[in-house]
Amino acid sequence: MESAIAQESSPALVIEPRTGYVQVGWRELWAARELLYFLAWRDLKTRYAQTAIGAGWALMQPLLSTLIFTLVFSYLAKVPSDGLPYPLFAFAAILPWTLFARSLERSTLSVVTEGGLIKKVYFPRLIIPIAATFINLVDFAIGLLILIGMMVWYQFVPQWTFIFLPLFVGVALLTALSVSLWLSALNVKYRDVASVVPLMTQLWMFASPVLYPASLVPESLRWYYGLNPMAGVIEGFRWALLGKTAPDWTMVGVSLLVVALLLIGGVMFFRRVERTFADLI
Amino acid sequence: MSDTAVSVTGLSKRYRLGAIHAQDASLAGALTRGLRRLGGQRPAASTQSTLWALRDVSFEIKQGEVFGVIGTNGSGKSTLLKILSRVTEPTTGRAVIHGRFCGLLEVGTGFHPELTGRDNVFMSGAILGMKRQEIAQKFDEIVAFAEVEQFIDTPVKHYSSGMYVRLGFSVLAHMDPAILIVDEVLAVGDVRFQKKCMGKMEDVGKHGRTVILVSHDMPAITRLCSRAILLNKGEVVQAGPAHEVVNHYLHAGHIQPSVEWPDPGQAPGNEVVRLRAVRVRTEAGVMTDRFDIRKPIDLEVEFDVVKAGRIFVPVFNLYNDEDVLVFIAHDRDPAWQRTPRPTGRYISTARIPGNLLSEGMMSVSSLMMTETPFRLHVHVPRAIGFRVDDSGDGDSARGDYHGRWPGVVRPLLEWRTRYTPEQGQAV
Repeated sequence: MESAIAQESSPALVIEPRTGYVQVGWRELWAARELLYFLAWRDLKTRYAQTAIGAGWALMQPLLSTLIFTLVFSYLAKVPSDGLPYPLFAFAAILPWTLFARSLERSTLSVVTEGGLIKKVYFPRLIIPIAATFINLVDFAIGLLILIGMMVWYQFVPQWTFIFLPLFVGVALLTALSVSLWLSALNVKYRDVASVVPLMTQLWMFASPVLYPASLVPESLRWYYGLNPMAGVIEGFRWALLGKTAPDWTMVGVSLLVVALLLIGGVMFFRRVERTFADLI
Repeated sequence: MSDTAVSVTGLSKRYRLGAIHAQDASLAGALTRGLRRLGGQRPAASTQSTLWALRDVSFEIKQGEVFGVIGTNGSGKSTLLKILSRVTEPTTGRAVIHGRFCGLLEVGTGFHPELTGRDNVFMSGAILGMKRQEIAQKFDEIVAFAEVEQFIDTPVKHYSSGMYVRLGFSVLAHMDPAILIVDEVLAVGDVRFQKKCMGKMEDVGKHGRTVILVSHDMPAITRLCSRAILLNKGEVVQAGPAHEVVNHYLHAGHIQPSVEWPDPGQAPGNEVVRLRAVRVRTEAGVMTDRFDIRKPIDLEVEFDVVKAGRIFVPVFNLYNDEDVLVFIAHDRDPAWQRTPRPTGRYISTARIPGNLLSEGMMSVSSLMMTETPFRLHVHVPRAIGFRVDDSGDGDSARGDYHGRWPGVVRPLLEWRTRYTPEQGQAV
């Protein structure tokens, strides 16, 4: 009788070839939220359990970058930094940038990396790139502590604008996710996508105001500049934390729109091709 | 409300073969092709061919039924499982599943070697769709069933294969799904745990749950399942009561320890030589389709030489269940080497030593040839078949390891050790 009850409570599952538009499956995704947590938790645990200094390595890169950029761009090239100490100026951008770049890279690889699971058991596949994106918040949080340390060192008092911080962090993650949804799915079929991503993030960084202030970009081009969602994120993040130059809100608006479009398209694309994952991996 | 748990209608799955060229699998390749097409060049002819891994499969499983799926490797069993567990999508047809369903193609899926047994129970449970609270509730039961209590906080990379499989199965078995799919689970783990799993499965069946059991283990299928289907090349060859389907599988040319041609007119052969029987026997001469891996196996061919004067060489080709040619054996009986055979009936026996073949199904093709000049007179492909089993007593090549053991042959080699205690000390 037990099973009769189970049957009544859960609707019949129909397995058949899907054609055309595929729904996002919010319900299923929501039901699998614990799996998202477990996947992230597993990654963290295995990463930091193996190398006690795992977190140390994660910080090494942004710190070293900051050091080098300070030397090259501030000391040698004399790039302006909106009147901020250049190390602070650079690190406040490298931090969200690293969050974005790592998320993008890891998430792009995620579907192929989790191929073993995909071939063996069903669960909402969207969970995989989502987990691979959000897990980077941990490294980011540690980096943020260092940034706060730097602010104390430079005796910099954050202003009320810091309440916007989560907004820009969120947009950075969503930007990474919106792009990696496309790339992670493509990477299943075309394995060289993975090798394009580091190149892409590198070029993308120079197209974002990480090393230089957005104020260097001519006013007339700002609108186009906003097409790069990370431009708004980096500027916004810097503003929220250091509160010097307010971001160009038109630019941020354009950025948000671009992310929204990429994200919707990405989810639809991913859902459409996910049915072939198990056969191709 | 119907009492149907699973209903499958017209399920087919097509795989594209030959599409996986390095060029096709790279973005660069795809872009180049795209550009060429834009440039007006026609793309190179596609070398794609297709394979129907599953073709028009239909069946229905009632609530509480234990249903068996059997067939040789490559018959479409795993494809069927993959579709039912939603890992891959069918090309056509549909399956309707009523009730909480648990599909898992491999025990221990989602286990991470670096994580402890405890962590992995939660991880694996979450992947299977259990809530954290639910896993926590059943945790002690899961660990007790798997008998890994002392090691539950040890990373599973230190587990023996048996412990690993036991823990994996235990998570699966405690999910309390209305429908449970089990694939070859009983083939791994030690004999005692296999029995325990069987017990659990029977238990599950009695509680009104539906089980789909996929296995090579025919006795298990007969004992546990009420009904079964037999797949061959993606199609359902037979469906019905489990024992009937198993019998069909064992005797309809798939695996049988002997084949005889009592009527010389029907016997394979030509005007000079005719086969009359092919058999497989134990050392003691008993005909059987199951062999102990440690014991010798005698392959036997009975044939008539109708026209005298030729140097006939009986030949056996042995294939394993993945259709790999394990060996070719030409008759080298010194008594008949280079000796023209007079007419009459011959029985030639080739002995395969114990501890040579791997576990699994074997099939034997029987051939009759003359070597100089070379001529193949008779060829009966897959004339007979048998199964090699390892009882796991510990004195075969397996020793006390009970996990998966690939390899075409499994000889028990002669090992020697030279030990020098003074050397190799820590510095």
